[in-house]
Amino acid sequence: MKIWIVLEQKDGELHRMSREAIAAAQGLAAATGGGSVDAVLLGGGIATLAEKVAGGYALGSVRVADHPNLAAYTPGGYVAALSAAIAAAAPDWVVFPHTYQSVDYMARLAQGLGAGLLPEVTAFEEDAQGLLFSRPVLGGKLVAKVRVRGEGTMLLSVQSGAWAAESAQAGSGELVTLDGDLAAAKPDREILGVEEVGGEQVDLTKAEVIVAAGRGVGGADKMGVIEDLAAALGAEIAASRPVIDNGWLPRDRQIGSSGQTVAPKLYIAAGISGAIQHTVGMKGSAVVVAINKDPGAPIFSLSNYGIVGDLHEVLPALTKAIRRAKEL
Amino acid sequence: MRVAVCMKQVPDTEARLRVHRDGSWIDEEDLAFVINESDEYALEEALRIAEKSGGEVVVISLGPERVKEALRKGLALGAARAIHLKDEAFLGGDALATGKALAAAIGKEEFDLVLTGSQSDDVGYGGTGSVVAGHLGWPHAWLVMGIEIEEGGAHAKVTREMESGLNEILRIALPAVFEVQAGINHPRYASLKGIMKAKRKPMAEPTLEELGLNPEGVGSAGSRIEVVSVAFPESGAGAEIIEGDPEEAAQVLVDKLRKEAKVL
Ligand SMILES: Cc1cc2nc3c(=O)[nH]c(=O)nc-3n(C[C@H](O)[C@H](O)[C@H](O)COP(=O)(O)OP(=O)(O)OC[C@H]3O[C@@H](n4cnc5c(N)ncnc54)[C@H](O)[C@@H]3O)c2cc1C
Ligand SMILES: Nc1ncnc2c1ncn2[C@@H]1O[C@H](COP(=O)(O)O)[C@@H](O)[C@H]1O
Repeated sequence: MKIWIVLEQKDGELHRMSREAIAAAQGLAAATGGGSVDAVLLGGGIATLAEKVAGGYALGSVRVADHPNLAAYTPGGYVAALSAAIAAAAPDWVVFPHTYQSVDYMARLAQGLGAGLLPEVTAFEEDAQGLLFSRPVLGGKLVAKVRVRGEGTMLLSVQSGAWAAESAQAGSGELVTLDGDLAAAKPDREILGVEEVGGEQVDLTKAEVIVAAGRGVGGADKMGVIEDLAAALGAEIAASRPVIDNGWLPRDRQIGSSGQTVAPKLYIAAGISGAIQHTVGMKGSAVVVAINKDPGAPIFSLSNYGIVGDLHEVLPALTKAIRRAKEL
Repeated sequence: MRVAVCMKQVPDTEARLRVHRDGSWIDEEDLAFVINESDEYALEEALRIAEKSGGEVVVISLGPERVKEALRKGLALGAARAIHLKDEAFLGGDALATGKALAAAIGKEEFDLVLTGSQSDDVGYGGTGSVVAGHLGWPHAWLVMGIEIEEGGAHAKVTREMESGLNEILRIALPAVFEVQAGINHPRYASLKGIMKAKRKPMAEPTLEELGLNPEGVGSAGSRIEVVSVAFPESGAGAEIIEGDPEEAAQVLVDKLRKEAKVL
């Protein structure tokens, strides 16, 4: 098997999930005959990083596309640069970290190449018929087992946290230039700028205790139970994305992949199902408490304590119990 | 502006899910279906763009008979027409197969803009809109949190969500496909008048032949991946579940948070 991995970098630094994806690609290589993995690195002014990668990980080669056209990410530039090289080498697998950037262009790349697409893989196993891949479906409530069919290159992305970055094998790889005409890999848009979401951010990263509201709260007019509990605890209020999208709280209170990443001493998640895009932002919390009416909600699997029930009954009782405890 | 909106119908996130007897997918009997969350936002954005610029919105959905309900809702909210890809051969596709069929339907007409959701709440490939863009040869952007059509309609200023609370502001030539992220606007509710009017709005059901597609190239036959089973995740080292009525459970939890976890 010929396995490639496309590493993601920004400003000359590897994206944290790139190492996890190296670990996954090395695992896939080991499971499919033990060949080496070839890495691809795209960008502008990335020679130092390329050398670091080539000297850091057990890779066959590190194929570098270093060009002003690729200095800022655009789907136009990246797809053109990768298409030519992938079409020429025809790898069986091309592994990506499942990031906002790779999702933005992977499907487009697959379509143009006539390759297959298998996004957000969390594990793979082997059975009599070959490889079976796991990926979350229905907001993480279920895990699907997926098989690949047909011939030709498959593009696969690796979900955050599924492989440990530390298990990426150290070693070295040969530094080479990625095939293709990079001058032709032109950006297909103008980048006007970058801005912070919601302007001035409330900094939730320093909070010791956070009470986080989910869609299960049920409405802006029902947020009182969250406010009361937060007041009793002296906690900050945060939320999952739908709470913000519905306008029940301002955008700077969002926790998750497109919000803030927090690691308080205590995180109380009320009416939050526990989708990966939320949990990446809070899984570093020391103690997690979940209150959810669905005993199968994925949030329970990464919580320390859970109460199964209606948060509109549980939270007021909890507020009372905390006030009682504080009076002692 | 003539705007096409791709809308998928998915199980209601509130629904209690059961795995089908054969284990291959969830049991869809008696399951409540809704319009995919980000697609509702895409439709609202399309309606606003069409209202501002003059033009029409066409809603498109690929799926079995039940998806007519989603399309009818789109018509009630203000779309002018609907297209339903309902042939059995279209069903069960991955992002590439579904995107190919949707692009064939869209390519039959002249649109200035295609909006999709950013991710479907069931299979969640996050790529169907980009595949549509690829077939049409148009630029695309994923996770769009703002669209401003420039005077003249040749370009759009687009806000795209990046990781960790950052947005990228882009200028993209039209026609294009924008994959709208939930939260871009506040979707309207259907009015009674809208619901009545929707009943008379046209709903086309193009066949594979009319779209120039082969049954082998679309749906599950045209897909490189196949879901063979689904299961509830193993709970592993899950939470300690505290039992009892709310008062009791709350008291036990507080005691544990103080004495065991020592965080209070
Ligand atoms: C690209 C991308 C980025 C995203 N970024 C983020 C992000 O940064 N942050 C984020 O949070 N999400 C993000 N999301 C969305 C994420 O995928 C989930 O949709 C979201 O986290 C779900 O929020 P939720 O748990 O509040 O709602 P749901 O998944 O709808 O869960 C609601 C929960 O409440 C429970 N419930 C309902 N009523 C009650 C009650 N009365 N009492 C107790 N429990 C009740 C239900 O059982 C359910 O478990 C992103 C999605 C995408 C595609
Ligand atoms: N069967 C379908 N019918 C109409 N639109 C779809 C369909 N499947 C996916 N889409 C669109 O593509 C987006 C992304 O879906 P996915 O790639 O499955 O995550 C959705 O939000 C929809 O806008």
